[in-house]
Amino acid sequence: MADRPERTDNKPQLSLHIPEPNYRPGADEVDFSAIEIPEAGAQPRPDEACDPTETHGLCTDLIRVLGEDNRAHGPWDPKLDPDTLREMLHHFSLVRAFDERMFRGQRQGKTSFYMKCTGEEATSISTSMALQSDDMVFPSYRQQGVLIARGYPLLEMINQIYSNSGDKLKGRQLPIMYSSREHSFFSISGNLATQVPQAVGWAMASAIKHDTRIAASWVGEGSTAEGDFHAACTFASVYNAPVILNVINNQWAISSFSGFAGSERATFASRAIGYGLAGLRVDGNDPLACYAAERWAANRARTNSGPTLIEFFTYRAEGHSTSDDPSGYRSAQERDAWPLGDPVVRLKNHLIELGEWDEDRQAEMDLKAAEKVKADTKEAEKNGILGHGMHQPFHTMFEDVFEEEPWHLKEQNAQSQAERDKKYPDGVPH
Amino acid sequence: MSETKEKPKQGRDATGDDRRLNMIEAINDALDVAMGRDDNVVVFGEDAGYFGGVFRCTAGLQEKYGKTRAFDTPISECGIIATAIGMGAYGLRPVPEIQFADYIYPGYDQIISEAARLRYRSAGEFSAPITIRSPFGGGIFGGQTHSQSPESLFTHASGIKTVIPATPYDAKGLLIAAIEDNDPVIFFEPKRIYNGPFDGFFDRPVKNWKSHPDSVVPEGHYAIPLGKARLVTEGEQLTVLTYGTMVHVAKAVMEEKGVEADILDLRTLVPLDIEAVEKSVKKTGKCLIIHEATRTSGFGAELSALVQERCFYHLEAPIERVTGFDTPYPHSLEWAYFPGPVRIGAALDKLLSE
Ligand SMILES: Cc1ncc(C[n+]2csc(CCOP(=O)(O)OP(=O)(O)O)c2C)c(N)n1
Ligand SMILES: [Mg+2]
Repeated sequence: MADRPERTDNKPQLSLHIPEPNYRPGADEVDFSAIEIPEAGAQPRPDEACDPTETHGLCTDLIRVLGEDNRAHGPWDPKLDPDTLREMLHHFSLVRAFDERMFRGQRQGKTSFYMKCTGEEATSISTSMALQSDDMVFPSYRQQGVLIARGYPLLEMINQIYSNSGDKLKGRQLPIMYSSREHSFFSISGNLATQVPQAVGWAMASAIKHDTRIAASWVGEGSTAEGDFHAACTFASVYNAPVILNVINNQWAISSFSGFAGSERATFASRAIGYGLAGLRVDGNDPLACYAAERWAANRARTNSGPTLIEFFTYRAEGHSTSDDPSGYRSAQERDAWPLGDPVVRLKNHLIELGEWDEDRQAEMDLKAAEKVKADTKEAEKNGILGHGMHQPFHTMFEDVFEEEPWHLKEQNAQSQAERDKKYPDGVPH
Repeated sequence: MSETKEKPKQGRDATGDDRRLNMIEAINDALDVAMGRDDNVVVFGEDAGYFGGVFRCTAGLQEKYGKTRAFDTPISECGIIATAIGMGAYGLRPVPEIQFADYIYPGYDQIISEAARLRYRSAGEFSAPITIRSPFGGGIFGGQTHSQSPESLFTHASGIKTVIPATPYDAKGLLIAAIEDNDPVIFFEPKRIYNGPFDGFFDRPVKNWKSHPDSVVPEGHYAIPLGKARLVTEGEQLTVLTYGTMVHVAKAVMEEKGVEADILDLRTLVPLDIEAVEKSVKKTGKCLIIHEATRTSGFGAELSALVQERCFYHLEAPIERVTGFDTPYPHSLEWAYFPGPVRIGAALDKLLSE
């Protein structure tokens, strides 16, 4: 008999599945042993120009290079020289020192907001080191590592965070929403995932113009639920755009675990399969694997071989931002139990294992990084801190809405000047 | 008839004292009451389930009503609103939360093209009885993506109601009414006054709700009808039309300047309490419109047109609008942007010198 829909009384009752993470606050013991962690070096490395289907096994695997023995293994070993590794470690050290100090600055009332990238440093620093410095990047808000790896001055970053008179973005943007055309670093939007399809568009333009530069975007795993992400995948695939779509799966999106973005059913890398993209899933706490995967995708894009979606499997070690307290929704033990370790420690141990580094030099590097951040912070504070003074002239509020100020903004500009004179007859506080 | 100078009903807690809530607690209470009375009411949104929302408005609801009635969602405002419409079509009464009004745009098509037109295009076969809650407005150093007031993008579309409370008492009563309403409602919560009635003087100490009469929030069910304005103060000198945070700013400025005004808290923008507006403007002959949203095509433009059309022969001075400037909400110059006491004062001087 044909299986045709019928109205009968003996159908099962439907029930709705609501994902639930394993370890809420106060959980007895955090046990991540169910996470499959393959041997470093065990993953095949297909040709960069391969058919996307050849990567599909890697979408559920985990590309790893650094083993428990702190050595590099397998075909994905990028074989970086010690100087490059030390440079990477230096960026790590600087980003960590920077995050610590800026977080504290927010707590001290020097600005409104800050976000750390602790534990995820490799996903921005190691990856951007695998790109050319003029490849265009479309980061989300947690990629301070890209800017630092590209040599953007810390002082400028702090000026932006303090929204002060030195802020090149004129105090308009929320802290950490940087922009630097000079560093091929696109203006960060606070609206999630919007910039992923924009990266695809930039890459399409580069291809239209027979340029040699490629584009890369970063987005959190939670944000892959937005339609924009799926538009990006479709356009990248349809036009074979020279672009890399980096997905940072740090397990959490504020208080929502990755299950609310679909991780209970499929990996984020495996989104690539349905769209016909190349896809890679990478140990995001393994700096060498991060570098190697991004390099593979960059070479692929640069040779017109196609776009790549990369999932970096990592862990958000700290709260979402200064506005967040993770102890309200996840077990505090998770961070220490995370099985992929800490990217900074792993890179350091690798260099030590190679005989190219030692703990004393590390301590000295960390100290210098902290001192550098401190000195730049003091310097930036000379330009003011948020909420203590009106650091930008009022008229800057009306600039850049359009290229030229239309009549109504001119009128409003004049009105704001009059208000300023009324509010601050003795001059605006700086 | 508009409710005039309504006295909040007294709510006593177990000790016999007035039960005083801030706006977050009042919203939470409204959701609790609505969910308790009708098991078709479901609440969901980004971080709105287990954690209870980044502003804690849905705190405790999952624990009390279970995971299929209060739950977290993927980060997709389009998906949140679209699934709410689908649930509404089934017969549920969804109350989705959009984490910040600034993030509502990925769901805009679903609101404008779908929710707002469903009843019309199906000749009443289907409707979207959904209430979209979202914190809006600035004054918290949130920069351009945590400060916007996009209400006029919704009032401009036909088929959707727009509600904005200004006190904890109203927040509860209006939210319950919105949830019980069979049409789609945008419920914008002025987040600057979640914790206290901000009066616009940003350099003065912050106040909390506890000493404000409208923080007395009775337990249990009560609904404030949509489309009814609230007369906050009565006066002969002019009419102030406003809503949300600006109700408190307007009141403080009038007090500071010793001006006696009819301050009308509109509470619902669509459908508007036109009777209350007309009655007051015809009495005072002067009209000041205040909102935080940008000026051009803001809701103030609609109010100004209506007053001009209906009260022209009673007007003794041109209508004044005090608004945010036509720029994105700046971060560091937040207080230069905000339509605070100085901007309101200048408009008052103009109006009262006529
Ligand atoms: C369109 C939009 N919706 C909601 C938000 C609020 N929001 C900011 S960050 C965030 C979580 C993002 O998580 P994920 O994508 O995993 O990135 P992560 O923070 O982990 O780096 C949310 C919901 C937003 N900024 N934009
Ligand atoms: Mg995340």
